[in-house]
Amino acid sequence: MNQLKNFTKGFIKENPVFALFLGLCPTLGVTTSAINGMGMGLATTFVLFMSNVVVSLIKNFIPDKVRIPSFIVIIASFVTIVELTMQAYVPSLFEALGLFIPLIVVNCVVLGRAEAFASKNNLLSSAIDGLGMGLGFTFALTTLGAIREILGSGSIFGVKFIAGDGMLIFVLSPGAFIALGYLIVIVNKLRKKGA
Amino acid sequence: MVKKESSLKNMLIALFVITLFASASLGGIYELTKEPIAAAKLEKKNNAIRQVIPEFDNSPTSGVYKKAIDGDTLYFYPGMQGDKLVGTAVETFTNLGFAGEIKIMVGFLPDGTINDVAVLEHGETPGLGDKMEKKKSDWSIQFQGQNPASFRLLVKKDGGDVDAITASTISSRAFCDAVSRAYKNYMSIKDNK
Repeated sequence: MNQLKNFTKGFIKENPVFALFLGLCPTLGVTTSAINGMGMGLATTFVLFMSNVVVSLIKNFIPDKVRIPSFIVIIASFVTIVELTMQAYVPSLFEALGLFIPLIVVNCVVLGRAEAFASKNNLLSSAIDGLGMGLGFTFALTTLGAIREILGSGSIFGVKFIAGDGMLIFVLSPGAFIALGYLIVIVNKLRKKGA
Repeated sequence: MVKKESSLKNMLIALFVITLFASASLGGIYELTKEPIAAAKLEKKNNAIRQVIPEFDNSPTSGVYKKAIDGDTLYFYPGMQGDKLVGTAVETFTNLGFAGEIKIMVGFLPDGTINDVAVLEHGETPGLGDKMEKKKSDWSIQFQGQNPASFRLLVKKDGGDVDAITASTISSRAFCDAVSRAYKNYMSIKDNK
């Protein structure tokens, strides 16, 4: 497979959020600001990349019947590593993302890529797939976070440009659904045009 | 390389090796990050203490004393300048919040006057209840320099002296509850110290 295509497919064509609709729980939960979305996206990218690499390396060693538990153990280990590292070196981000970091374990994007891609492809393709999918996920979360932050708090990446409050509903959960809905409409429109 | 078949032996070996590697690497990372995590937590606490009491030159976290109350614990951090007490930061809590527990650091001068307050943790609604945070609004400034002996720690609706946050009476009440819990226990405990 063309590696460039393999990398870029995660952004629009097979974007985990906009096209595959995977990992929507953290997507809706943490994107109250652009920086939170980006932090969550990058944490997930790291886990995706590492788990894809490891799964692809040991895919022949794992008997089929125990592949899912093996993948989960591998993914959970990387998530815990991210969690501990974040807690130690970026405590403020860790606080903002809180509960959602351990929940990367059950983010279906990660297991989905391990099962559907990394267990069937070679190391290079799997690494690129993990990176592309992860950055696509980051892109989706940052965009959604930025939209919600602009509309809801009148700021972007924490820099305020409107005094006072914005439309509060966008910081709250209903706003997440509304913003995500419209984003998906736009992305689908773009995809149709491109196809 | 051919894929391993799913015999019992192969499955056992595969799972054993994977879990062994996973636990070994987690143990290593845990040891590596243990100290930075503890340091980060301590730093956060010290920052909050520094915000709420006048300048001190001791280490309030090492002189901490506790009091268990209402199913949780209050922490008292005495700040000293030389051997004179300049203020005590009290880590207090309330369960009356709109979305779970709220943790607040309240700084008292030795006579019981509130020096300043800082919110440590809360889950209040963004844009409404979270105005109790200093970086969100100036609401909590009204507590500065007030002595709860004469300043009634209740929202005006309940006959007190505190202006509630607009549309967040529950959060404001909870905040007052936490501060007054800190005050009462600080006053009762400080004479025994």
